[in-house]
Amino acid sequence: MNDDKGMKKGTPLVATKNLSVHFGLGRKLFGEQKVVRAVENISLDIPKGSFFGLVGESGSGKTTLGRAILKAAPISKGRINYNDGEVDYDIATIDKKQLKDYRKRSQLIFQDPYAALSPRMTVRDIIAEPLEVMGLTSSREETDERVREIAAKCRLNLEHLRRFPHAFSGGQRQRISIARALVCQPKFLVADESVAALDVSIQADILNLLKSLTEEYGITFLFISHDLSVVAHVCDMVAVMYLGQIVELAPTRKLFSKQRHPYTAALLTAIPSLDPDHESKAIKLEGEIPSPINPPSGCRFHTRCSYVQDRCIAEPPEWRKIDDEHFVACHFADELNL
Amino acid sequence: MTSPLIKVENLTLQFKTDEGLITAVNDVSFEVAPGEIMGLVGESGSGKSVTAKSLMKLNPGNAVYSPESRITLTTDGESVEVLKLETSRELKVVRGGAISMIFQEPMASFAPAISVGDQMVEQLLLHTDMNKEKATNFSIEMLERVGISDAPERFKQYAFEFSGGMRQRAMIAMALSTKPKLLIADEPTTALDVTIQAQVIDLMKDLVDEFGMGILFITHDLAVIAQTADNVSVMYLGKLIETGSVRQVIREPAHPYTQGLLNAIPKLEHLDVSLTPIPGDIPSPLDRPSGCVFHTRCSQIIEGKCDSSIPATTVLKEGHTAACFVAQGIAEGAMSAS
Repeated sequence: MNDDKGMKKGTPLVATKNLSVHFGLGRKLFGEQKVVRAVENISLDIPKGSFFGLVGESGSGKTTLGRAILKAAPISKGRINYNDGEVDYDIATIDKKQLKDYRKRSQLIFQDPYAALSPRMTVRDIIAEPLEVMGLTSSREETDERVREIAAKCRLNLEHLRRFPHAFSGGQRQRISIARALVCQPKFLVADESVAALDVSIQADILNLLKSLTEEYGITFLFISHDLSVVAHVCDMVAVMYLGQIVELAPTRKLFSKQRHPYTAALLTAIPSLDPDHESKAIKLEGEIPSPINPPSGCRFHTRCSYVQDRCIAEPPEWRKIDDEHFVACHFADELNL
Repeated sequence: MTSPLIKVENLTLQFKTDEGLITAVNDVSFEVAPGEIMGLVGESGSGKSVTAKSLMKLNPGNAVYSPESRITLTTDGESVEVLKLETSRELKVVRGGAISMIFQEPMASFAPAISVGDQMVEQLLLHTDMNKEKATNFSIEMLERVGISDAPERFKQYAFEFSGGMRQRAMIAMALSTKPKLLIADEPTTALDVTIQAQVIDLMKDLVDEFGMGILFITHDLAVIAQTADNVSVMYLGKLIETGSVRQVIREPAHPYTQGLLNAIPKLEHLDVSLTPIPGDIPSPLDRPSGCVFHTRCSQIIEGKCDSSIPATTVLKEGHTAACFVAQGIAEGAMSAS
């Protein structure tokens, strides 16, 4: 997206332009090498201070996009710009010194709180590690002070700091992960399916915690999830990904009141309703997401779209503005009544 | 009413561990009729999987069933006491014979080094009088029945060559091919995308109509239950705290825990309502709370009552029971008023 298309919250913190991430598969002496096109030509602005949602099925490339922005996946083509007002980095060509600084400014919270914490470290050591590795504190006392402060913010009992992760439940572990991510006071957080492994009762608690912490510290949040109802509740803006591309982007309220892309509509109707007498609507997706090694021609969604026309097979749709702050990539977004 | 397919009475199950006896299931009774989908809902650690495994006597060697526990399986007019079965020959009837199970993680439930087809044929040879050729043809037919395209090719492949949704379908095909009377589905859709989940749920409903078996559907997702089950039992720390028809439990939840679970679910219809978590974490099974097991997290606790005496399971309405003093009080109040 270009600047003229106007973002409400001012300048973007992270902006990608024609970003592609490709992974090579094996090496062949003859013939063409197979390439997984995990992320293909994505231009996206993440406004400063926003809680930005990224949704899609497994295999849609949402994790890869998040990692590329953190410089944890190879950037094959395109640019990523990071500008928090203090520094302005071009992530694709960032040098070592800048990268070290960027690592302090951006953090990742993982999906599985059982796998993300070292079983041999105490909770205090886990939360203190980023501070020690990055040399952000000068004395042990200062480190302890910072750890205690952030632990209290994440509603961890100070008694818990001496224990090991195995003694904690899933929700508590996720709070430890959050404390570790926040301890170096990042400006940008990527949460990759951070509540997917939790029970609903605890999920609500973690979501409320994330929301209040980001508001308190003014952190920009990229929230990656497959769960549209969770995204609807916490995010300001939502981008929907399908097979390496973004198909729709809009402020949350707009997206959930009126979907312009058939894929978004299908994702929404697939969510089971709490009402036992709810009649499920007609749009059911057939089959599964195609392989990103050999994506379909034209619009990548055409193989599963119930509104497919000849044009969709031949010609990839343009990424365009359909309404104020509402973007979509579909030939027939104006005509479809979803 | 038809006689129940499986009847669980006063099931109490403890595990012998180094830290002492851990109570996993405490005095649980329920039944499943032929053609009924019975939902068993609870958070992780509530004992729902352990309960299900008891039906097949699949719990590990350190499991101790209390003497009052009884599980009766009735098929074709004949009854079997499941917990009295000892040898593997006797257990065949509940392990793959009259009862089949679908597990949560389909990748972990298929042997990785044996082709999917061979695994399907193997169990048919064990449990039916089909010969190998017949079993092969029947397995391919079952794969087609659950919507796997190109079934004869897929039959020869290994589990890792299947996608997540396909693996779960193959698992269902395999579980159903022995024509079980009862199917235990342990979180069958939790690891799947919503779009695939919707497909699997539809498939399971169709198959119940077609084969007429009973299903014990275990999940933590009340919305999935709302769309599939006829009756629901809610479990917390090894206790059944509320049972009833889906409409009763979801529309008029009586137990504060069920109410809490429902409030914690993000709902697309009400984006403005903030999520209400259930405070606190599930207590460790090593120190089970006295009195009502939920009183440590309950918002409606009656001091001096809930923390000391155990609420009995009482009938609130026809088919709707709860084990809670608050719910009892409300029910009695309503009765005396009318």
